[in-house]
Amino acid sequence: MKTKQDSVNNQYRQWLWLLSLLLFFGVLLSLSLGRYSNDPSKVLNVLFSRLGANVNVDPAMESIIFNVRLPRILASVMIGAMLSLSGAVYQSVFRNPLVSPDLLGVSSGAAVGAAGAILLGAGLITRQLFAFIGGMTAVLITSLVPRILRNRSNMMLVLSGIIVGGFLSSVLAIMKFVAEEQTELSSIVFWQMGSLSSILGRELLAILPIFLICSSLLLLLSWRINILAFGDLEARTLGVNVRQVRSIVIICASLLTASAVSISGTIGWIGLVVPHLGRLIVGSDNTRTMPLAILIGALFMLLIDTLARTVSNVEVPLSILTGFVGAPLYAFLLYKQKTRLE
Amino acid sequence: MSVQMRLEDLGFSYNGTRQIFSDISFEVNSGEIVCLLGPNGIGKTTLLTCMAKLREPNEGRVLINGEDVANLSTKDVARVIGYVPQTLLPSFDFTVLDYVVTGSAPWLGTFEKPKAEHYDRAEQALIQLEIEHLRDKAYTRISTGELQQVSIARAIAQQSRLILMDEPTAHLDHGNQIKVLRIVKDLAAQGYGIVLTTHNPDQVLLLEAMVAVFDRQALFHFGNWQDILTEKLLSELYGVEMRLIEVEGIQRKICVAPKL
Repeated sequence: MKTKQDSVNNQYRQWLWLLSLLLFFGVLLSLSLGRYSNDPSKVLNVLFSRLGANVNVDPAMESIIFNVRLPRILASVMIGAMLSLSGAVYQSVFRNPLVSPDLLGVSSGAAVGAAGAILLGAGLITRQLFAFIGGMTAVLITSLVPRILRNRSNMMLVLSGIIVGGFLSSVLAIMKFVAEEQTELSSIVFWQMGSLSSILGRELLAILPIFLICSSLLLLLSWRINILAFGDLEARTLGVNVRQVRSIVIICASLLTASAVSISGTIGWIGLVVPHLGRLIVGSDNTRTMPLAILIGALFMLLIDTLARTVSNVEVPLSILTGFVGAPLYAFLLYKQKTRLE
Repeated sequence: MSVQMRLEDLGFSYNGTRQIFSDISFEVNSGEIVCLLGPNGIGKTTLLTCMAKLREPNEGRVLINGEDVANLSTKDVARVIGYVPQTLLPSFDFTVLDYVVTGSAPWLGTFEKPKAEHYDRAEQALIQLEIEHLRDKAYTRISTGELQQVSIARAIAQQSRLILMDEPTAHLDHGNQIKVLRIVKDLAAQGYGIVLTTHNPDQVLLLEAMVAVFDRQALFHFGNWQDILTEKLLSELYGVEMRLIEVEGIQRKICVAPKL
């Protein structure tokens, strides 16, 4: 009788290994690609010399790898993981596979924050800080509305997210309207399409703790998230403190999204599509889907960002690529799910 | 392990304005089945949720083995009381085993995940109800009758000795209704205490259960079915003429409406 469950477990482990390997080699490959040089042997030389080997190193290459490519690659991997994980979590908690991590207004809040910083003529760090604060404030307001209306159902939270998101997009529209067309407006628009072109090591360090803490907490709670996915009544009859677990989970997922968005700008599709891909591979059990979503998301974003910086002479905004790849992929996934249903 | 639940003068109202019921007192012990009868909207489900500490009563109290439920954590309550809700609304295609194993939640810490022993217990519950063939099926793709049994299996995996079922036979065809009632009877024979709500008074006779009735005036009656269920009460309860008839061949009374 054990066979099927065991085979699912084995399959899951194989996928973990496969994706980890792919990610490792993907990072190496991506390190070798770029405008300055596409020679993998030079890259390997640089890496080996860092590990102590005595090889000839091109100093410009070394600088490019450690100051430009590596931070950006690590950022893309981390941001992909963060958005996908929080997408998987949001879909389970809101019991809706059509939900993406900006359901509660994180992205619109972050956009308003970033646009505000741009209008004030602030620098990059301030812009990121404003975006993060904007995103978290939006989630906070969204979660306050059900309290004020004394209806703490999930549905009320979703509606509240729509209200806050809608309001904020009007605020953003005003900001765009008053923005200087050539400079400020184009900055806002470019921010909204997402890019990692100006990423630096210190930004990585800033979001790393949030990534580590929130992801670990969510992974630890992955089985409880399963229970939430069965509905509030079910969870409460099992003695689960629904409000508490749900708050922790939503806060962690929102922190992940807000920190990702604050350094990269809004990036569509990934948080919606990757969890579906995960569920298609290992089923709905979040104890398996969530780790898988992290790896798939990291790989997906690595691919997208590598394309963004290599496919043409100018930087391609990330949302353009995620849309081109994500939308057809989503259609394919829905088709697969439909055939599985029949 | 025997268990006893006692309700003392229980009352419930929404926001303190509309009193749904009050002065409810009765007892459920290991091995007993209590059927809750009453017209629609009278508060049967509300009473059930009060018993499971899913709602807070505004009068009286619920005791489990002499201890006031209000002083117990929801987790402690979940270790004793299993609740089988009326409808499951599946959103993702979890497997039946994944669903049943959630019954071990009250026995695990917040950050813990179920281990082999919990999966074994979930499988035992499926075997006990003879539905182990459903184990790896997605619970979104089984029939309502199977879903009801799976939901009961979860309560068994929960190791709770008292199981509250909200209309376990609603939405089921006749064969599945009898199947579920047989499960209820078996569970009681194994020492579980069971409270269930139903719209079909004949099920009380079929189960030879204790009966708790809300009549149309929201007055509460509790006792053996022989003492409580009379043609007069049933006719008033459902607003149509009802008859209790001893049928030879099957050694029991049945509860039916006369020819239209």
